[in-house]
Amino acid sequence: MAQTTSVESGAHRRWENDPVLSVERLTMRFGGLVAVNDLSFDVGRGDITALIGPNGAGKTTVFNCVTGFYKPTEGRIVMRHGAGRKNDLVEELTASSAQHKSDGDGAVFLLERMADFTISHRARVARTFQNIRLFSGMTVLENLLVAQHNKLMVASGYTIGGVLMLPGYRKARGEAVDRAVYWMERTGLIDRADDPAGDLPYGAQRRLEIARAMCTGPHLLCLDEPAAGLNPRESAELNELLQFIRNEHGTSILLIEHDMGVVMEISDHIIVLDYGEKIADGDADQVKTDPKVIAAYLGVEDEEVLEQAEVLEVVAEAVGSKEEVARKIQRGGGEGGKQ
Amino acid sequence: MAQTPTSTMSPEGAQAKAEKRAEAAPGLPRTGPGRLQEALRDAVMTAALAGVLGFFFLALRTDIAPGGLAITTRWGLWFSAIAIVFAGRLALNLFWFDKRGGGRAAVKTTAKTTVVSEGLDFMTIAGWVMFAVAVVLPFLIMWLLPGQQRQLIDLSILILTYVMLGWGLNIVVGLAGLLDLGYVAFYAVGAYSFALLSTHFEFIGFWVALPLAGLLAAIWGVILGFPVLRLRGDYLAIVTLAFGEIIRVVLLNWYQFTGGPDGISRIPKPTLFGLEFARGDDGFAAFFGLEYSTIHRFIFIYYIIFVLAIVTHLVTVRLRRLPVGRAWEAMREDEIACRSLGINTTNTKLTAFAIGAMFGGFAGSFFATRQGFISPESFTFLESAIILAIVVLGGLGSQFGVVIASIVMIGGIELLRNLGFLQQIFGEGFDPVRFRMLFFGMAMVAIMVWKPRGLISTREPSVVLKHRKKIGADMVSQGEGH
Amino acid sequence: MDYFLQQLINGLTLGSIYGLIAIGYTMVYGIIGMINFAHGDIFMVGAFIALTTFLILTSVLGFAFLPVVLLIVLIIAMLFTAAWGWTVERVAYRPLRGSFRLAPLITAIGMSIVLQNFVQVTQGARVKPLPPQIRGGIQVIEGVQLSYMQIIIIVTTVVLMAAFTLLIARTSLGRAQRACEQDQKMAALLGVNVDRTISLTFVMGAALAAVAGIMFMLLYGVIDFYIGFLAGVKAFTAAVLGGIGSLPGAMLGGLLIGLIEVFWSGYFSVEYKDVAAFSILAIVLIFLPSGLLGKPEVEKV
Repeated sequence: MAQTTSVESGAHRRWENDPVLSVERLTMRFGGLVAVNDLSFDVGRGDITALIGPNGAGKTTVFNCVTGFYKPTEGRIVMRHGAGRKNDLVEELTASSAQHKSDGDGAVFLLERMADFTISHRARVARTFQNIRLFSGMTVLENLLVAQHNKLMVASGYTIGGVLMLPGYRKARGEAVDRAVYWMERTGLIDRADDPAGDLPYGAQRRLEIARAMCTGPHLLCLDEPAAGLNPRESAELNELLQFIRNEHGTSILLIEHDMGVVMEISDHIIVLDYGEKIADGDADQVKTDPKVIAAYLGVEDEEVLEQAEVLEVVAEAVGSKEEVARKIQRGGGEGGKQ
Repeated sequence: MAQTPTSTMSPEGAQAKAEKRAEAAPGLPRTGPGRLQEALRDAVMTAALAGVLGFFFLALRTDIAPGGLAITTRWGLWFSAIAIVFAGRLALNLFWFDKRGGGRAAVKTTAKTTVVSEGLDFMTIAGWVMFAVAVVLPFLIMWLLPGQQRQLIDLSILILTYVMLGWGLNIVVGLAGLLDLGYVAFYAVGAYSFALLSTHFEFIGFWVALPLAGLLAAIWGVILGFPVLRLRGDYLAIVTLAFGEIIRVVLLNWYQFTGGPDGISRIPKPTLFGLEFARGDDGFAAFFGLEYSTIHRFIFIYYIIFVLAIVTHLVTVRLRRLPVGRAWEAMREDEIACRSLGINTTNTKLTAFAIGAMFGGFAGSFFATRQGFISPESFTFLESAIILAIVVLGGLGSQFGVVIASIVMIGGIELLRNLGFLQQIFGEGFDPVRFRMLFFGMAMVAIMVWKPRGLISTREPSVVLKHRKKIGADMVSQGEGH
Repeated sequence: MDYFLQQLINGLTLGSIYGLIAIGYTMVYGIIGMINFAHGDIFMVGAFIALTTFLILTSVLGFAFLPVVLLIVLIIAMLFTAAWGWTVERVAYRPLRGSFRLAPLITAIGMSIVLQNFVQVTQGARVKPLPPQIRGGIQVIEGVQLSYMQIIIIVTTVVLMAAFTLLIARTSLGRAQRACEQDQKMAALLGVNVDRTISLTFVMGAALAAVAGIMFMLLYGVIDFYIGFLAGVKAFTAAVLGGIGSLPGAMLGGLLIGLIEVFWSGYFSVEYKDVAAFSILAIVLIFLPSGLLGKPEVEKV
């Protein structure tokens, strides 16, 4: 694990001793474009971890690799249930061809080997999307029940028992509705339970997406720009919600965010990406003062900031591929528009 | 017919037009003498276009004659067609587009996305009324129109067959959002399964073969579905079309097994607990001490398809409220989100495909027993297209819509057979039956353009916390991929 | 060997016809993302117009010089078929633009039914035979015949392909078309007349289908109202095989489908030749969804 910043602060660094998720040497290429390059970081259990960086830094690509929507070109992504690094178990699993392995008090998962839906179902990683993906023609309640699909499928005897109206399903459905009601109350959506999700205002849609992800019962919640488009009040509510999820449910949170207010206020751990590589990793104070971070966010004109020759190199390299990145983004946008 | 294109197109105009496109004839002033002039000009253009289009088809006709093809001219027909188009277009311009433009726009702005409906609403009542009528329909027909009872009961059977097929396909297309253009393949599998089983094995009658046919069709659904279900929207459509055609071509050419184009005949009729609907001492009529009549069998067959259709409906309604049904609808809305929630979309699609296929198989074996004879002729692409049209025209996902669309499309088309008076208008050579499919196609286009979301486009939520609200069509996505 | 060569030539001829129809599918799919189901029937309409025109010229007006007759037939059939293509778009697709995806597909199927039955009702259901007009050919090698008909078909196809490729690459219409393919809203904002561009796409596709219809009529010497369906599905297969949205792809796909069909009939079984074409379609879509020359599609999350 290459640590880019030196450890000085006395803060507990949970991600080193008890990481719920480890991304190790992750590389993702699309044709000639290297979106993520040799990236490694840990996400601490019970932490709120923020993944930040300028546009096109590869944050969403990392998310898509972690949640199985992209198969990484190279690298290992380890998800752990139960405390500790479980190094032996991870190595054992890596040597085998299995997707996951459990010991007495937990299990480890190699996410790069798993299909997207099994990552949510077995490894218990839930996510939201940058461009909200709700089932807009279904009601809020229905959205939250779909999230509990796998549990309900078992309860309905894989549909057969359900068609025959066996009693087990009725009970399970009651519990599922209770859980949905719980999260609707937490997210302030209870009054809109029977309205179609597409009818909700934007901020409510964002909250519903988080509630829906929480209904899958995740160990790790990945949020892609949850505060985008929210007004300051909604932003503050979001902070509260995230802290509630972490404190009351013990769910670890990994979030991509541009709103530095949100990031600095609630994050225990911040990872900064630029051009697909990690340039800083630490708590809020460390990252705020890191020269590379400042360079990445403010541009490279201010030469005083760039004291290390190494950094100059990084930046020069980055500028070389900058146009390519911009081109790719533009093309991607064009295709998106057509759909 | 066609409208003249508007020529000016500023950027804002483009957008405004895209929104208004369906509502009004372009460029027509609402009032004043200019309006009449515009309407006239437009009608002349349309009539001219009709003349161009019709020239080679209406004015001229090629026929096989001794010594090659000969051309006959029909100027009268051509001119009347042009005149009709002119008059029709003018009338539309003057009386319809204007009203429709204003009216529709007003409705649009006031339309609400969700409609709260506490208690009974119109559709529920209509559904129950329709159910009640269907229960007693054969007797109603015998009582009201004894002269045409056979014909009308037969038509009811036909409509109900399409209702059942529509409901089966509705699971695949309406709920799961998978565009299936080869649904008739499963209909064929069901029909041939029953026909082959019953002609090869003496002891297999309709009631034994029915579940077997459904099962076989479902298995075929899985076999065909598995490789192709990850394809998106229209690609899936075209592959299912290909599969449907492959099955038909195989049925047509595998002479030893399927009888090829000759088909399979002497398929046994269904029995009521072993009672046959035949003349004789052990027949249905004799057993119940009734006078023998062929109508008994018609009524019996009517009730078989009625029960089959109702079972299809009840199972579908039940499935919608189960996790699998909700997953279908969620998949139709957003497949990627489904996968992020741990739903195995391949399996979910397969269940939809298999269950839809199963109902197709049931309907197929019913078709075989009703006809007593099947051949590949009955399982062409056109059949798939008709079933799909019923589902889409009725309103995707709407069970009630399928019923309405079946009655309108199948019943309406069959009614043409009875329009003898048209012959008096158009002369002896005019046979309305020949125009059936032409009108069918026109109706498909017209209804779609008029109501792109189908006749009934609201969605009923599958679960309710406090208030039952209908969801407007503008919210519901319909299998548009992602 | 000579049998193989003969089949190769026959396959290329048939493939040229499929290719010409496939261009119509691929252009329309590229620009508005829908399967123009009625395109196969536009091809059929083109064949009928060509047949009637041919008969008028030869038997009614008494023209005897075949090249001139064929040229006039070509022009008239292209023009009138183009009018049909334009009308179909105007009536059945334009009102539904921006609506959900299934709606235009249903109207397309409806239009296909309308066209088939319109022709059946007005021209009769029986097949129309036309005796071979262009006889003779050249002996390539012993036992391999390259007929003048085949030469005409292949040459015409190559010329039209070249012309269309230039049209798309060089003219402002082609540019507008490609712009609409990328993003219709943006194209409209930049002053491209989207409606007109789409109409012209249909017009061009229909004109090419008319050419294919003439060739089909001359090659097989018999047409009926139902030829559009199978030819249409196969041409669509060709478009998909080549990579939908790509003009050279459509041509390549057409040639491949023609070859597959001819070789399959020649070496295996005539009855199952359609199964061959459809199976290819399924296999291509499953294993190579972007076709041979198409752009791969990355799922957007």
